[in-house]
Amino acid sequence: MSNQSKTIEALANQEYKYGFVTDIETDSAPRGLNEDIIRLISSKKNEPPFMLEWRLKAYRHWVKMEKSEGEPKWANVKYPPIDYQNIIYYSAPKQKADGPKSLDEVDPKLLETFEKLGISLSEQKRLSGIAVDAVFDSVSVATTFKEKLSELGIIFCAFSEAVENHPELVQKYLGSVVPYTDNFFATLNSAVFTDGSFCYIPKGVRCPMELSTYFRINQADTGQFERTLIIADEGSYVSYLEGCTAPMRDTNQLHAAVVELIALDNAQIKYSTIQNWYPGDKEGKGGIYNFVTKRGKCLGKNSKISWTQVETGSAITWKYPSCILQGENSIGEFYSVALTNNYQQADTGTKMIHLGKNTRSTIISKGISAGHGQNTYRGLVKMQKGATGARNYSQCDSLLLGDKCGAHTFPYLEVNNSTSQVEHEASTSKIGEDQLFYCKQRGISAEDAVNMIVNGFCKTVLRELPMEFAVEAQKLLGVSLEGSVG
Amino acid sequence: MLEIRNLHASVGGKEILRGIDLTVNAGEVHAVMGPNGSGKSTLAHVLAGRETYVVTAGEVVYEGKDLLAMSPEDRAREGIFLAFQYPVEIPGVSTTYFLKAGVNAIRKHRGLEELDAIEFLAMVKEKMKLVEMDQALINRPLNEGFSGGEKKRNEIFQMGVLDPKLAILDETDSGLDIDALKIVANGVNAFRSPARAMLVITHYQRLLNYIIPDFVHVIFDGRIVKSGGKALALELEEKGYDWLKPEADLAQHTIA
Repeated sequence: MSNQSKTIEALANQEYKYGFVTDIETDSAPRGLNEDIIRLISSKKNEPPFMLEWRLKAYRHWVKMEKSEGEPKWANVKYPPIDYQNIIYYSAPKQKADGPKSLDEVDPKLLETFEKLGISLSEQKRLSGIAVDAVFDSVSVATTFKEKLSELGIIFCAFSEAVENHPELVQKYLGSVVPYTDNFFATLNSAVFTDGSFCYIPKGVRCPMELSTYFRINQADTGQFERTLIIADEGSYVSYLEGCTAPMRDTNQLHAAVVELIALDNAQIKYSTIQNWYPGDKEGKGGIYNFVTKRGKCLGKNSKISWTQVETGSAITWKYPSCILQGENSIGEFYSVALTNNYQQADTGTKMIHLGKNTRSTIISKGISAGHGQNTYRGLVKMQKGATGARNYSQCDSLLLGDKCGAHTFPYLEVNNSTSQVEHEASTSKIGEDQLFYCKQRGISAEDAVNMIVNGFCKTVLRELPMEFAVEAQKLLGVSLEGSVG
Repeated sequence: MLEIRNLHASVGGKEILRGIDLTVNAGEVHAVMGPNGSGKSTLAHVLAGRETYVVTAGEVVYEGKDLLAMSPEDRAREGIFLAFQYPVEIPGVSTTYFLKAGVNAIRKHRGLEELDAIEFLAMVKEKMKLVEMDQALINRPLNEGFSGGEKKRNEIFQMGVLDPKLAILDETDSGLDIDALKIVANGVNAFRSPARAMLVITHYQRLLNYIIPDFVHVIFDGRIVKSGGKALALELEEKGYDWLKPEADLAQHTIA
């Protein structure tokens, strides 16, 4: 084996520093999935009848799906069959019957957990302008800056709270972008989702702070099924961030979330994700199955939805944050960095569906594979008949570290309008022995050199992230590659 | 400063260096010349610690230390600099950012405090004058889309910033037009000092019109077959390398 591959070989000893478990009493549903479980979840959440009906419709559809084709098979990922009857679909830390009224009533153990993750829920302690909704297993435990935001008419709260307080908005938009029949995991989510974040920005309001949700899986054998719904009314703007971690366990855990975004006329939504679920150990044991459906609809003219994701965690990532560009002149963007190390697998990309005139989309995807990691970009650009003058630009770059990993690219282009333009560029490169030697000759250690090269490779994506996140993401890429170079 | 004794090295099982002996003292500029494939560049890379070359015999003492036992990054931190014949490109990483990482790694190794961005940029500004580097160039991704001349100037600029004790210039003149050659040579000359040594590897004599060496060595088939003063370079210019061939053969037979 060459020195180069030995160096890269050593890249596998990464430390996952969020792997701790919080010892807290929980209120959990029994294992398994049936209509009673769904009724239980719905009643735990005091949901209005329309919600229960929607869940049940989704469940019945899912049962049919499971009996027929089952899980989607087209993704370039391999995993043993999931036993859906062995999952706990609802788990919540025990708290007072009516839930905490303020932060003072939140179990200190929970606050401590988030503190340990670097997420302070105490507003006084927060220096930066970020409002946080903290989701622990199946429930939202706290949302900060709620009052301050409500002065501007912005609603930012736990999903279950929105169902209770703003049912008209939920009923109008829930499933309007990702219908409950959409795909196996989205359907499952529609039936059993427990919490998540809800956000509404009223007309003409520019949200003055970053809104964010931090997801934490704690309980063993649970699945996390959260649902996020963001509505940006005419002329509004919001930047939203999500982060996630989970304890280290040697069994796999399922995370099947759904995110729906709706942008009305002249509205803009910027959605950033730093996904750092537990990736499993060096041998590929354990880790989160991250099977997520994210989609935004540019419903209004001149609206814009922009997805930025840095995917470093999870044993398997299966997600395609997409844009339906319905409004005239609307814009969709997808910026992605996906890193797979050890035995991680990622099949990720986007769908840009151009319906309206002069709609534009940009796709920049950077895949990094190290160790035995398998990284797949899968993207669809669809120009429908009405998409006169629509344009797309796609760029997919892959970087390989070592000789045991893989990079795959599956771009699908479907053009039904002769006035539209589609461009696709792709490249695959390796971190060369010559690049590493050049850096070392300038005194830079191999590890710093790899970090530098990887960060340079991802630069066009990282610069799309809000400042604090960009720094965080750079560090995370470093940690995820730690030990990959001797 | 540098003492090379009976150095043998091979790449891919093929022996390229077959017994190099060379002593370089502080303040001296040594030119190493030779035909293509004679082992000039191999010598440069072996001294810098490139892992693709395997040292099979001999020793190299640098400042009293066993150079061959050191990692490439430690050699750099101890003051060895190699100006590459083919500088590599690193997309998305600016020359400034790259060099700051290098400078601080070296400072840390020497127990000095790391420079912050302001201190670093002030220092860089000085060194830019050395090779007429412009700001726009060093803010661009390292060597990406640089012309041949820009890449070579960038190498000499990096040498200025990293301030090595022993600078090895591997065919820095190749691919340069006469104007670029003068700029590079001026940069190198400005950098000469009694505390520093240089090993200038070149195929042609013309670089030595601008960088006047104290010693000239000719490598042939992996050995130094002739050493002399700067006059030797002129002789080579006139006669080419072929007349040295018998001496090389002789040297080989003597050892065999």
